[in-house]
Amino acid sequence: MSDAASTHAIEIDELHKYFGDLEVLKGIDFVVDPRDVVCVIGPPGSGKSTLLRCVNRLEDPTSGRILIEGVDITDPDTDVDAVRRRIGMVFQQFNLFPHLDVMGNLTIAQRRVLHRSKGEAQEVAAQMLDRVGLAEKVREYPARLSGGQQQRVAIARALCMNPDMMLFDEATSALDPELVGEVLAVMRSLAEEGMTMMVVTHEMGFARRVADRVVFMDGGVVVEEGPPASILDDPTHDRTRRFLSQVAER
Amino acid sequence: MTDVASPPGRAGARRLTRRQRARLRRLGVYGVTLVVAAWLVVVTDWGRLQEAFFDPTIFGDQFPDMVTRAARNTITFTVLSFAIALALGLMFALLRLSPIRPYRWFAVVYIEVFRGVPALITIFAIGFAIPIALGTRVPGRYGAGCLALGIVYSAYMAETIRAGIEAVPRGQLEAARSLGMTQARAMATIVIPQAFRIVIPPLTNELVSLIKDTSLLYVLGTTADTIEITKFARDEVGRTFSITPLVAAALVYLAITVPLTRVVAVLEARGRRAR
Repeated sequence: MSDAASTHAIEIDELHKYFGDLEVLKGIDFVVDPRDVVCVIGPPGSGKSTLLRCVNRLEDPTSGRILIEGVDITDPDTDVDAVRRRIGMVFQQFNLFPHLDVMGNLTIAQRRVLHRSKGEAQEVAAQMLDRVGLAEKVREYPARLSGGQQQRVAIARALCMNPDMMLFDEATSALDPELVGEVLAVMRSLAEEGMTMMVVTHEMGFARRVADRVVFMDGGVVVEEGPPASILDDPTHDRTRRFLSQVAER
Repeated sequence: MTDVASPPGRAGARRLTRRQRARLRRLGVYGVTLVVAAWLVVVTDWGRLQEAFFDPTIFGDQFPDMVTRAARNTITFTVLSFAIALALGLMFALLRLSPIRPYRWFAVVYIEVFRGVPALITIFAIGFAIPIALGTRVPGRYGAGCLALGIVYSAYMAETIRAGIEAVPRGQLEAARSLGMTQARAMATIVIPQAFRIVIPPLTNELVSLIKDTSLLYVLGTTADTIEITKFARDEVGRTFSITPLVAAALVYLAITVPLTRVVAVLEARGRRAR
């Protein structure tokens, strides 16, 4: 299978990342295959968000390689913007553009990056907004939406670019508990439609039901990974067990 | 209603609630202000004051000309200078934030120099030094003066705009970049529009101050075509031996600045809705 390497959606080799003297990632090896949903769990400070942010180069890795669909994005000659277009990203703080209404948020990158016509961009936007269940909010400004609605708009905004894969950086951590469910439901439906997803999360229930693979990180290394049942119910490492006993599963 | 604030011993009619006491205090302030104002009105020699500062004939004589000629020039100078200042200010704000060190140094030196040197000296320098140094004049009747004022104000605005850009949360840039926008595109469509919303109040201050500073341009020499409000008024003072033209000038400045700041306040309120 010589094609195997190029068919990984995300492939990470020996990734190290320092912030000053602090080594946050200590040699990560990791793959995500197309249509896979991989949940990354671990205590705060374990490096899981940094790892995710390295995948679309919001953080520059100190050393190591990251291949996105076979393209090495750590190579300085790679057009990072072109690679990012294929990767949707959802942030903990939503990061909607407050000066634009929902339609503006969903169309601006389509217009300016993909050079779609106004009509086409609006059509895609309406379709994606419908998909996250917010069709009636087209003309609202983000400040008028609840946290859960904002996050669903943010997911729709990423989907408008027709990404090959989606990254979720603790997408529900900033939400009031009663709003978490609506966002997880959207993420789950995406997974069911076969979207490739890398999800940093504290939602163990979501990881159990949706993930194909769960990766447990601690102290800048991958401690163990495997199918959700084996990691969540029958972990081999003490650190994993300790972490799991501290997080309540909803 | 029991009044917890007053001591229990001093009962009876003298006891006031907190609200009553606050009202009494306020009435006291109004009363004192009224008395002082009334005293000033009585004491003032209105006849002599009017003679020196507001002679209706002189006012009527030169007011139309002041508005149609001098005020128009003041506004022209202001608009030109402000456009130059805004463009240069934005450019130097971006240079100041650049990851490339020499760009930052250049911006810092520029800002420090033109913020630190009196505007009058910069106007002299641009107006008289450039023709000597380069053997050519800045084009346009107002060119040199407006360029000079634009440069001076761009130094202030660069710092204002930089603060505005830094006040936009980092996540905004990250979200834009994650959608595939280049750094320049993300700045132009996402960060800078938000930054400008933040800096509208300080930029309005700078605009008002610029309107008044156009009066410094007289040092480059004025003709009937380029005279602005203050110079016009001073010339009239010399001609009529009355202060009236200066009072008229003050009124004209207010007639420009007050509507302007009101319009900005409305724009600001409208912008806030979107945030």
